[in-house]
Amino acid sequence: MIRVVLPGHLRTLARVREEVQLDIKGTVTLRAVLDGLEAQYPMLCGTIRDHVTQERRPFLRFFACAEDLSHDSPDAALPEAVVSGKEPLLIIGAIAGG
Amino acid sequence: MSKVRVLVGTRKGAFILSSDGKREKWDVSGPHFAGWELYHLKGSPVDPNRLYASQTSGWFGQVIQRSDDGGKTWFQPGTPPGEQTGPGGMPKGESNKFVYDTSAETGKPLTTHQFYDGKQHPWEFKRVWHLEPSLTDADTVYAGVEDAALFKSTDGGKNWHELSGLRGHGTGPQWQPGAGGMCLHTIILDRADPKRIYIAISAAGAFRSDDSGETWKPINKGLVSPYIPEPTAEVGHCVHHVAMHPSRPNVLFMQKHWDVMRSDNAGDQWKEVSGNLPTDFGFVIDVHAHEPETIYVVPIKSDGEHFPLDGKLRVYRSKSGGNEWEALTKGLPQSNCYVNVLRDAMAVDSLDKCGVYFGTTGGQVYASADAGDSWAPIVQHLPAVLSVEVQTLP
Repeated sequence: MIRVVLPGHLRTLARVREEVQLDIKGTVTLRAVLDGLEAQYPMLCGTIRDHVTQERRPFLRFFACAEDLSHDSPDAALPEAVVSGKEPLLIIGAIAGG
Repeated sequence: MSKVRVLVGTRKGAFILSSDGKREKWDVSGPHFAGWELYHLKGSPVDPNRLYASQTSGWFGQVIQRSDDGGKTWFQPGTPPGEQTGPGGMPKGESNKFVYDTSAETGKPLTTHQFYDGKQHPWEFKRVWHLEPSLTDADTVYAGVEDAALFKSTDGGKNWHELSGLRGHGTGPQWQPGAGGMCLHTIILDRADPKRIYIAISAAGAFRSDDSGETWKPINKGLVSPYIPEPTAEVGHCVHHVAMHPSRPNVLFMQKHWDVMRSDNAGDQWKEVSGNLPTDFGFVIDVHAHEPETIYVVPIKSDGEHFPLDGKLRVYRSKSGGNEWEALTKGLPQSNCYVNVLRDAMAVDSLDKCGVYFGTTGGQVYASADAGDSWAPIVQHLPAVLSVEVQTLP
């Protein structure tokens, strides 16, 4: 079971309180996780990736296992700790302000 | 007794203010969509329980919300709870999808506009500024977006398509962003002529379609903008807002960057009616519900100082369609007030006497139940108010 932690605004939008859990078939990549996330929570379509280009929105980052995965290929396999559910994939809203 | 519902969009959520026809005691509901920017909410004239809302964020993009019960509950059109995937297993959530039409057949592939540096810049969707429900069909709604374009949905907000004749009519490459972005912020539908639509863009100007949005023409003759290279250019004017009384669809009132303007021929020619206003800079303008020659503005000091002159919050009313204005101050702060009133943040109800409402960047929503003679705050400490709309309910 893949664990995903959403930023607060998206938890509100998806109407979830805690981290979400996804059952992903096949190789667990960032693209596969986001596809599964949007399938389970369709209200999140377009909020993490651009509707058309499927590119990560500029002010969002993907972290896991103390690594920044934001610039990795969306088709690269995620760390084993994420695949096993030991660690969550973190979707982080960039901190802006003074 | 009639009721009034005020829909307030703010920087950090939406609020719904409700009262009976006396408009003395108010219930406040919200924040809805807490933490998100709510650029605009508006109810359908056909079904007042049908509300549309533009929920947006610099981080998470655009979300369209809809309520079918007057704002008690909300959902994203096309994303019903429990229905997780669409045909072929693809996710839904199409209601958030605004894609410019660049097809050769209908889009006349227009891809760039003028940017701050004078160079051409790609059109990039950022947010929905204004939602205008159809006058005849609750499932039809128009969206004015940044970067400037007009979209339409005919299925209750599930899917959106661009009325691309606007961007493609010829002057698009000359449009440029104002300080708030290149936004299509005003949409006016004509009850007498269902094919006529007016829109306004900062900073391009006003435009009119007489064929349901297929083709468009600029309607900016008479506007003079000394801050652009050609002050009387066909396009490039920073129009802040346009208002119309439903009974006289050929008469338009405009608050421009500077100047309050009036047209008596559907925008074909404008004349200035700033008259004795202390400053003719401002954002809002609206028309009394029952007196088509009575109009309201809130003068703002200047384009560099977005607050009322002398720290006095004054609504100005003209009962002669412009030129002769009176200050309305009773109940409004007359010292140390440095808020702004943004372009979509004034509205009127249709009770007798006409109610007038406006919201400020300081988080106050003021109401007048006597056509502006006196004012009182409904709420005083909301996030910065972006938009105010009013529904008069049976």
